[in-house]
Amino acid sequence: MGALRLFAQSIYPFVVGLVVLWMISSGLSGTWTIILIVAGINIILAVSLNVVNGFTGQFSIGHAGFMAVGAYTATKITMALRFVQISGLSENVSTQIFFFLALVAGMVVAGIAGLLVGAPSLRLRGDYLAIVTLGFNEIIRVIIENTAFLGQATGISGLPHLTNFVWVGMGVIATVLAAKRLAESTHGRALLAIREDEIAAEAMGVDTTSYKVRAFVIASAFAGLAGGLLVHLLQLCTPRSFTFIKSFEIVVMVVLGGMGSVTGSVLAAFILSLALEGLREVQEYRMVMYALLLIVLMLTRPTGLFGTREIWDVLPKLFRRRAQPAAGGTP
Amino acid sequence: MTEFLQHLVNGISVGTIYALIALGYTMVYGVLKLINFAHGDVYMVGAFVGFYLANAMGVEENPTLAKAVIIFIGSMAICGVLGVLIERFAYRPLRQRPRLTSLITAIGVSLLLEFGFQLPSIPHLGIPFPPGPTPRFFPEIFTRVGWEPGGVHISNYDVVSFVLAVGLMLALQYIVYRTKFGTSMRAVSFDAQVAGLMGINVNRIISYTFVLGSSLAAAAALLFAGSRPRIDPLMGLSLGVKAFVAAVFGGIGNVPGAMVGGLALGLAEEYVSGYMVSSYRDGIAFALLILVLLIRPAGLFGTFRPEKV
Repeated sequence: MGALRLFAQSIYPFVVGLVVLWMISSGLSGTWTIILIVAGINIILAVSLNVVNGFTGQFSIGHAGFMAVGAYTATKITMALRFVQISGLSENVSTQIFFFLALVAGMVVAGIAGLLVGAPSLRLRGDYLAIVTLGFNEIIRVIIENTAFLGQATGISGLPHLTNFVWVGMGVIATVLAAKRLAESTHGRALLAIREDEIAAEAMGVDTTSYKVRAFVIASAFAGLAGGLLVHLLQLCTPRSFTFIKSFEIVVMVVLGGMGSVTGSVLAAFILSLALEGLREVQEYRMVMYALLLIVLMLTRPTGLFGTREIWDVLPKLFRRRAQPAAGGTP
Repeated sequence: MTEFLQHLVNGISVGTIYALIALGYTMVYGVLKLINFAHGDVYMVGAFVGFYLANAMGVEENPTLAKAVIIFIGSMAICGVLGVLIERFAYRPLRQRPRLTSLITAIGVSLLLEFGFQLPSIPHLGIPFPPGPTPRFFPEIFTRVGWEPGGVHISNYDVVSFVLAVGLMLALQYIVYRTKFGTSMRAVSFDAQVAGLMGINVNRIISYTFVLGSSLAAAAALLFAGSRPRIDPLMGLSLGVKAFVAAVFGGIGNVPGAMVGGLALGLAEEYVSGYMVSSYRDGIAFALLILVLLIRPAGLFGTFRPEKV
């Protein structure tokens, strides 16, 4: 009984989400669908990076590198299974199942890449991770550009257009839920302890390196998911989509939203994605504005918009009077 | 054998440049315990200042020694000032805050330089500043002369670069270990608070450290521009990472370590890409970094000090 209830509990957000997303997507115009899909991918990226940069207090600036790993893995799988169909199922269903498999494979391989990069560099203090991830981001680009199998600088084109509003929405739900539940678990408490004081955490028996690496692997895996979704939206997989510029965009989202706040990351990613759409004319000033935003935020309000607060921490307080009788039911 | 010697010459020539930049990382890390992310971009600014000075003086048509000296001194001075300004306005206000805050600001400064220099040029300025994203080509500061002793190609650029780089490193070695300023710097690096109590002006020492590191980066940029004249606003990115690897390899915070690390990285890159896989040249530094972190995270000459409360 317990296991069944647990399963129902973990599955219901996806079932409800699927229905709601389906309804929303049918009422959306083409332009808005694209904007929201891009915003959704950015939310996945920002929330997952927040697990490392916010919860754990380490600083990764190469998130796009892991996106690339996931994206190329998913691309290769989709391209290989392009003309295959599972017998007994309709073509559409079969394609969607393969897409799901490609995304999951992208997550797994990106997670492995995260392990390989994180395990050596996370034994040391946070600032090493920053430069190692920056280096990794550049190296992955160099490797792709020199490997014929991965299409070199031109990339791989001709991917089917599989990413839609529902897929991205489900990805967002999965990422946000994973981050929220992680933060509330024993595991998450260990991460927060590491952020607050690594030495104290270690003295309390937290295996700091191991927890840091695990957080990094989780974040990398979700970056891989975002990468897989992005290439199936663009129908093109090139190293240009995963440069360090992309990584910095994600960092800006996390810092602006508040390091440690899932709500903040979601909001900042959403706002910045919309702002980018509106500021197409001043594209060349975008990165300069990001840079100034980072510096000014650090000098004046290093906590960002939300700090470490979450919407689900704040909401009950706002409705305290109404919520009191229910909460007071069990003394 | 000839090929081996040629790689040796190239490796040393590149390695001294890495070493010069690595010194800036290592000195700032020594006094502030901060990876100065903007250091690679100060290097880039140094190259561009040299480029503007060279063009303003018409070096391409009529190169003289005096002009070369002016370019070097001018570029090193301007980068020294830039280094101090970055420290004063971006790092100093945050010195008492958690280190992550300074790290993020450093990344911000780095981005600001990289993308500020990619903006379209300001009109009616006389010079194309900011230079914009298209690469420019550094003029030859002096006439290139090449020799081929035993089939190994050496140009006067290699010789000048090597002699100047070694000279600068010796000067730095003297400053750090033989002067009063150097003693203060090492004291600040050991314990800034106690150094302050001993009457050392910590802020001034940190500023001077930035002057030293940034001007060395500018010198490195000009020396490197001799063999690789293509300059663009993002050139500091990969070179900065490589120089950082050199600093970590030698033991970050350790001045002789940065020099050895730079040379070792230059030689490793040259030999590995020469004999094995040339297309992954830029990956060698990264592989080296991972290896160092796995085997000896304190670097060759560093001692690992566990953090205590």
